[in-house]
Formats: sequence, C-alpha cells, structure tokens
Amino acid sequence: MSGTPEAVVKKFPHWIEKMSEAIVGEEDGVWIVKPNALRAVAKYLKEKKGYDFLANVAGVDNLLHPNRKEVDRFEVVYHFYSTERGGDYIAIKARANAENPVLPSLVPIFPTADFQEREIWDLYGIKFTGHPNLRRILLWDGFFGHPMRKDYHEAYYEEEHRPYNSRYPEGHYVSQEDRTPWKNNLVFPNAFDPEHWQAPEIYYEVGQDFKNIEKLKTDRIVVNIGPQHPSTHGVLRMIVGLEGETVTGLELELGYLHRNHEKIGERNTYLMNIPFTDRLDYITSMTNNFGYVLAVEKLMPKVVVPERAEYLRVIMAELTRAMNHLFAIGFLLNDMGAFYTPSLYAIEERELILDLFEMASGSRMMCNYMRFGGVAHDVDENWVKLAIELVHNRLPRALDEMEALLTTNEIMLARTKNVGYLSPKDAIAYGTSGPVLRGSGVPYDIRKAEPYSIYDRFDFDLITEEGGDVYARYMMRIREARESVRILKQALRDLPGGPVMGKPLPYMVKIPANEAYTHIEAPKGELGFYIVSDGTPNPYRYHVRAPSFVNLNSLATMAVGHKIADAIIILGSIDIVLGEVDR
Amino acid sequence: MSENVESEVGVPQALRRNIFTTALDAVYNWSRSSSTWPVMFGLACCAIEMVATAAARYDMSRFGMEVMRASPRQSDLMIVAGTVTKKMLPNIVRIYNQMPEPRYVIAMGACATGGGPFKDGYNVVSGIDKYIPVDVYIPGCPPTPESLMHGFMKLHQKMRSQSITNVNWYNKSYTGEVPVPILGPDVIDPREIPAMSKAVRLAREAKE
Repeated sequence: MSGTPEAVVKKFPHWIEKMSEAIVGEEDGVWIVKPNALRAVAKYLKEKKGYDFLANVAGVDNLLHPNRKEVDRFEVVYHFYSTERGGDYIAIKARANAENPVLPSLVPIFPTADFQEREIWDLYGIKFTGHPNLRRILLWDGFFGHPMRKDYHEAYYEEEHRPYNSRYPEGHYVSQEDRTPWKNNLVFPNAFDPEHWQAPEIYYEVGQDFKNIEKLKTDRIVVNIGPQHPSTHGVLRMIVGLEGETVTGLELELGYLHRNHEKIGERNTYLMNIPFTDRLDYITSMTNNFGYVLAVEKLMPKVVVPERAEYLRVIMAELTRAMNHLFAIGFLLNDMGAFYTPSLYAIEERELILDLFEMASGSRMMCNYMRFGGVAHDVDENWVKLAIELVHNRLPRALDEMEALLTTNEIMLARTKNVGYLSPKDAIAYGTSGPVLRGSGVPYDIRKAEPYSIYDRFDFDLITEEGGDVYARYMMRIREARESVRILKQALRDLPGGPVMGKPLPYMVKIPANEAYTHIEAPKGELGFYIVSDGTPNPYRYHVRAPSFVNLNSLATMAVGHKIADAIIILGSIDIVLGEVDR
Repeated sequence: MSENVESEVGVPQALRRNIFTTALDAVYNWSRSSSTWPVMFGLACCAIEMVATAAARYDMSRFGMEVMRASPRQSDLMIVAGTVTKKMLPNIVRIYNQMPEPRYVIAMGACATGGGPFKDGYNVVSGIDKYIPVDVYIPGCPPTPESLMHGFMKLHQKMRSQSITNVNWYNKSYTGEVPVPILGPDVIDPREIPAMSKAVRLAREAKE
C-alpha cells in the first residue's frame, strides 16, 4: 500500500502536488494518512476544501482482523462532512503501532474531537499529542486496562462471540459468573493489594483564567453538580467554577452510565444488536433502530425493503421526533424551575404515541421494531385510524397549546433569550448537530442533505433559527415537531399495502468484509453508526456516534459567563440523554 | 373497632363516635405506607418509566408517593431505576447511607435486579443487591408503569407486615450503613479488602 490512490487523484486533481506525500493508501473507500501529516491534511480539508464538520472519530483495534494482519495495530478513523455543500463525505484514517500508539490530536483544528479523542484514549489507549485535557472520560482515572482492545477480556468473558457455542447444543449450564474468583464482575491486576494502593489524585482546572469581573468582590468557589441531581437529566456530573454566581469554567465528568454498548455489540450478532440500540437514547428507541438497520443494510448486498416497511419506518421515526421534542421542552421548563406541571403537559401526548408503539411492536419504550429488510410487525387498519386521529388532531393541538403558553411568555423570554449563545461558526466547530446546530442558523439536516430511506418523497421544510440561544433551540423544537406532523400526515395518507418484510434473512447474517459510516437525523442530532465487518456474523467494530455526546462539547463555551442557574437550562436546551452520552 | 376494646381503654360514652382505638403497629404502618416518599433518583431507561408512572395517566400520587424528594435525607424509598455502573456505584451507596431509617429499596428493572442485558459489560454491576439490601425486585426491561405500581403494592404489603416491636431501626447498635465501595483498578468492596490482601500475601509467600 503505497503511492497515491486513484480515487484521490480523481476527486482532487490538485491534491497531487500538495498531499500526495501524506496519503499512503486506500482501503474500503477510506484514505490512509501518515500520522505526522494528519493535522496538515485535516487543516487542508477544512480550510481549502470546505469539509468543516468532523462528524465522527472512532478508534479501531486491528489485532484480530483477518485482512489487516500486516498493518499497524491501532487506527483512528475520521469522517468529515461539509455543511455548506450539505453532506459530501470524506473519510481518512491514521494508524499507530502497538508498542507506542501515539497520534497527533485534531483538537486545535476541530474542537469537536475533544471528547471523542478522550474516549479513544480511554477505551483504546491511543495517546493524542497536543490534546489539552487527555484524561479518561467514560471510566475513572485509575481503571486498569483499556477495555475496547481486542485482548481485554471482561470478568464474565466466556467466548469471542455470542451466542456461545459452549452453551449449545449440549449446553453446560455453569455460567462464567460462577467461575470467576470473586463471584463478581471484577478484574484486578496480578497481585493487586488493596491495602497498599493509593487512589490517583484528580484535579479539575475550572475557571482559573477568568478575570473580567472586577467590580464586585465575590468569592471563587468550585461547585459540584451531580451525578445525583434533579436537573442533570440523568447521571451527568458537572464541575463548575464560580465567581460569585457567574460561571467561569465548566468541566464535565461522564461515564456514570457507561454500559459498554460497543464492547457488547462486538460480541453480539448483527441482529442481536437491534434491541441494544433501543437502550442508547431510551426516549427515541425507534430512530436508533432506524439508524442501525440502515447502517447494516448499507453493508449488505441486495437487501430490498418493501414500500410499506419504508413508510412505517418513517412514520415511527417522525412520531418519535415529535414526542422527543415535546419531552425536551417539558424538561427544559422543569430546569427553569417550573417543576412538574409543564412536563406533565408535555408527556400527555407521549403516552398516546407510546400506545401506538405498543400496539405495533409489543413494547412501550424499547420497541425493537425494525429489522434488516423491513420491520418486525405489520400494523392494522385500526392502528392507522388512531394514528391519523393523533396526527391530525391531538399533536397539532398539543403544539399549539405549548406555544400559546410559552412562546410569548414573559418569564420564558427573560430566562432564555440571549442565554447560551452559540455562534454558527462555533456550532460547526464543536460538531453540534440537530436542533442545536440549526438553532444557530446552520441549515444542515441530514434528511435534506443526504435523504435516506424515502425522505425525498415528502414535502417538508428545513427549519433554522437565527438566535443561537436557548430560546432559538426551544423554537427549533416546536417548529420541527410541526414539520414532523406534516411528514406524518403525508406518510399516513400515502401508506401503501403489501408486505412489511422482504425475504426473511437468516438469524446469523454474514456480511462481507467492509466498513461503512451511516448517519441519520435523529431527534437529538446526527446519529451515526460506524461498522467494520470482517465476514463473520458479528461486527468487528461497532461504534455509535451519539449526538448528545458530541453536542456536549459545546456546553462549556455556552455556559461560561452566565449565571449558574442559566448553565442548567443551557444543558437542558442541548437535550441530552445519558444512555446515549455514555453508551 | 369493637365496643369492648373502647370500654377497656376507658373511652367515655360521649366520645365513642369520635375516638377510634387500634393497634399502634396498624397506625404506624398505615401512615408510613401511605406516604412513602421516593428519592428523585434515576439512572437509566427505567427512570423514564418512573417519570411516566408519576405523570398524569398512571399518577403515583394515588398512593401518596408523588412527593419525590431531591434529597435522600427526606425520603423513605430509593427506586434504583436503571443500570448500576461501577462508576456510579459509590454514589448510590452514599445516597443509600444518607437516607434515614426506615428506608426501603426497590430494584426496578432487569439491570438493577441482576445486570440485565448489559451484565457482562466491564463497567456494569450485576445487580444492586450485591451492595445494598433490596426489598422489592421488579422484572422487566423496562418494567411498565403497571408493574412498577405492582411493586409499590408489594412494598406497602411488606411495610404493613412489619411490627414496631422487632424492627431493627430502633435497635441502638444498628446503623444499617453500607461501606462505600472504592474505585481502584476495579471496584473494591471495603468488606473484601482483608480477604484480598490475604490472598495476595499468601500467593507471594508461596512464590518465595
């Protein structure tokens, strides 16, 4: 693998003079870049070619990959998009050797790489030179090992792949759980002696360089919010530096709900991962299913999805979006101090949508509804009737009611206008997506930019708000929910008959060795799945680009300079779900 | 209340319609079980169903349970709603320790009960009952609001079956404190430290 690949020459003729040294090869449509040229290439892509949106950064361990025995063990893949051109994708990867895995950090060029590089350091042990704060992010400082490496085995490790051969067909019913020495899910280094062990010291540097407030003499304190706090939307922890009441610095501590989604996903078969995706963003399980099945279908040759299934997928996804936006607004109000009542109004319609989900899939929240090549169950006429009633009457009325109560509400305006401003430039640089990005006036919606499924058939508007503040994000959600209702009306009108599933696929579907990054517009932003397959029934690498996780990059920038009570509603306006942030 | 009991305790005839006599246990348990305040504490997906249970359709306030306290010091019940991760574990144990007695714990959903679908993950604790005592387990992933309410019924049943004469929280030597786990290379249970150190020492000596 050397020399400049053909595709590079074709796509960028001018690259030859400038970048031919940097690109050393191509593999499955991804260019391999020399580590020392990585920053130069990224800068070139951003400044000269308009690839300003670094969507995804993922690490891969090549240790067991059958086709990658010759190459360096670790690699990091970067997926770039262009917000100006609405999509247009390019992917590059850089490799690092097993003994000393070091790569240059892209944080100076793309601030969005901050959390994602920390995650790779945490889970793969790849160091990034020039990263401002390379601490563990999902696990705690002092954790033993880097768990996503292929040679890291959990305490309950039984076999490489599920379903376990050892349990079937003869089946020995002693599970690994009963064979571990501590009867517990614990891994300790050899000869670890807790009596002589000292915890590492962690120092949070928050807000030490803020000198703008001189007039009033106030105290400097550091306040810890969470992980058990009613306004953190789950188990998020914020360490906030304060000058009086003004936020001077904010650092996030994540991972309190790190459920090893990716590690478990690599041991599952492709099909077994669908119910796990439900539990990523547990408010919007349908869109998670949708993103995942689209990602796997992209890698499968010749999968045809029937028309009716395509419509059902879109209907479910848009119902989810409307529900999620109402939920987000209700809990934003909760954060402002309007405890309970607004959120009760907001989740009134949610129950009706969940009823529809339960009728279709059998479960209220964890729907597990979509399959490769279709959906699991058909819906009957009664379902469609109820859905039409909901979409034509209840949902628009609920949105009108919300707007009547909130949009011109004086307290609402006072609390949200000009709070948490994020400039369009920052919004792109921090990799935010969904209502946060469009709330800053950047017209980038994947449903419009790269229409997936059948979104190109519907008539709906790309909503943007120019404000860039909490109020703009609130308006974004209301207006986007209205667009969802518009799509739903069309989809329910046009819903064709026919089967909902093509040819049934085998349980252990094999996928040819390849890799792909697929993204959809989930209610919270860009939900991406990066899948590397090696020809076996299990994904070799399964990475989730979670919108809430990446959107959190921008929180510190938005919150600094505001009062601490505003920091809470700024967090609420990003609309995070911890299942997705920590995975 | 029977006439006999009232005459035995000496309630004057004129007040018999206004005064009821009953067993202390019955009143004590009735008041406790009708105002069980949960701590506002959610971990994962199950917490959303807990919110749905508190909301209009299912309405937890029918059982006097709508008062979700943000502080564990004002609450009687902890609903462990979601996956217990190792990183969160010390905090959960601390919250439990801060709750005043009598305190109850509901393990809501598969994860809190036994690790659930994420059981073999490296950061997942397979069930909160490895560290703190649990009163009611609710199966489901996530349990529907109906099954959560069934869990409440079971808890109330348990509360009503307790007697003030033998409950352990009036015992002076009883604290109910659970030692807070330590985040070392992995979670260290302080109760296990002597055994772990001994094992390491023995292994070292055997080598020498």
